[in-house]
Amino acid sequence: MGYLTYVGKRLIQTLPVLFGISVAVFTIVHLIPGDPADVLLGQNATPERVKLINHQLGIDRPILIQYINFIKDLFQGSLGTSFSNKEPVTKLILGRLPETGMLLTGGIILSILIALPLSILAASKRGAMRDQLVRAIPIIGLGMPQVWIGVMLILLFGLKFPLFPVSGFGDTFPEHLRSIFLPSLTIAILLSPILIRSLRASMLEILDSDYILTARAKGISQTRITFVHVLRNAVIASVTVLGINVAYLVGSMVIVERVFVIPGTGSLMIDAIARRDYPIVQGVTLYFALVVVLVNLLTDLIHAALDPRVALK
Amino acid sequence: MKSLKTLYIGAGILGTLVLAAIFAPLITSYDPTEQDLLQTLSGPTSAHWLGTDALGRDVFSRLMYGARVDLTIGVLAVLLPFIIGVSLGLMTGWFGGKFDSSVMRVVDTVIAFPFYVLAIALVFIFGPGVKSIVVAITLVGWVAYCRIVRANVLVAKELDYIHAARLTGLPTSRILRRHMLPNVISQAIVFSMSDIVLSILAIVSLGYLGLGVPIPTAEWGSMIQEGQPYILQQWWLATIPGFMVVIVGFALSLIGDGLVSRLER
Repeated sequence: MGYLTYVGKRLIQTLPVLFGISVAVFTIVHLIPGDPADVLLGQNATPERVKLINHQLGIDRPILIQYINFIKDLFQGSLGTSFSNKEPVTKLILGRLPETGMLLTGGIILSILIALPLSILAASKRGAMRDQLVRAIPIIGLGMPQVWIGVMLILLFGLKFPLFPVSGFGDTFPEHLRSIFLPSLTIAILLSPILIRSLRASMLEILDSDYILTARAKGISQTRITFVHVLRNAVIASVTVLGINVAYLVGSMVIVERVFVIPGTGSLMIDAIARRDYPIVQGVTLYFALVVVLVNLLTDLIHAALDPRVALK
Repeated sequence: MKSLKTLYIGAGILGTLVLAAIFAPLITSYDPTEQDLLQTLSGPTSAHWLGTDALGRDVFSRLMYGARVDLTIGVLAVLLPFIIGVSLGLMTGWFGGKFDSSVMRVVDTVIAFPFYVLAIALVFIFGPGVKSIVVAITLVGWVAYCRIVRANVLVAKELDYIHAARLTGLPTSRILRRHMLPNVISQAIVFSMSDIVLSILAIVSLGYLGLGVPIPTAEWGSMIQEGQPYILQQWWLATIPGFMVVIVGFALSLIGDGLVSRLER
């Protein structure tokens, strides 16, 4: 199977998932007990007004028609209008993207900076003390609550040693960078145990492979083997691991944004819950699911482009 | 032998915590929700081993009663996904065909939703509380078990003992229950150990966000949130509940590691 066939097959596989996501997100709002109109009108709800609002929202039509309209709107890039401030949900989400994007990028960069050296350290001498120590990190790290890591970092680097802001996003770019450091570090501490576990394993596998043996036989130094031959392949491996864990990453980000009061898309969603603003909850849920599908697709395609064996399977 | 040792150490730590949670009323004489507004934020004393919180509640008893809540929901929340996932994995792997591919498309869809986003959305629908947490974890959690068991069934299906069982004319239900299940379930059991940790993490996070177990019930997540404003003066208020989660996670991962070597020998 050639690469293009693989791309085509992978794209077709994505279609039912997109359909499933749209049905799930559409259903979410219909599972909510009570009328959206009651929420919108509050104390002013009268039967006539409720009827009018239901008509405006289109929820007095048959469910299938509602779903088709929902999909039509989606294709026009519309996720509905927020109940509380009457703004389009798409606009609200796009407005929060810089915060979320910077946080995610920061988290990914820091987690690679933490995980890569530690995995190299561990894999370079299998079974040694340093390998044992690095292997213990996931055992402890995977049991740490996101919120708790955040609070501990606030205590240490925000309050005891006030090096970084403990909340907010700042106004200028340098302030943004300082503000997202601790939240990004929280995400990195969450992600690196997962990364370390798979990176160490893939590095050991690489070290055992024939081309490393050949390199050794040619008399290439251990440092060069580690940094040129092993590292390059290990970085590819870590990108794949990150791609697989993107759902976990995005989910944790929602929580971390809350701990550090960063006004990103996650905060948008949680604030909307308090105000019972359905369109926002629906929109953000859909948006995150689409991001995950897209990242998974891209990871697979990049992986297959870098490693032709994937497309052949 | 080393695997047995990790299993025992893990079980020992977890067992101690479970006993402490069960016998909490005997260990501490304080009600975890009883407020003493004359003694708020007191440091550790002989009366209050870990001091009191902002409402004058005894922190040590909240920690013990919190263990009840977090451990119970943590285990309960994994039970249903385990049963659903293992059964579906068995059937999809065995029967294959249209049934298999349609279940797998559902699996793909569920995987696309970040767990916390889906959990928060579901809590929004059903309202905060234990029920919503269990429903959210069930809706997402069964997928992992289904995939693990299905993969194992696909391999085991081609093995001689299964062929032999089929040839003797045993009914499918019996082959699946008596011959297949015991041989494909071990990985799912091992995974369930780390899954309990994940579900406790979810309960704690939702509790912190105020979307979990309703206050004033003692729960580790809401304890972290309640302790956060006083973190400079009374650092332990927010630190120790999180540390309890880390200990539970550590114990369960030791048990998991021990089980891997025991079951997959």
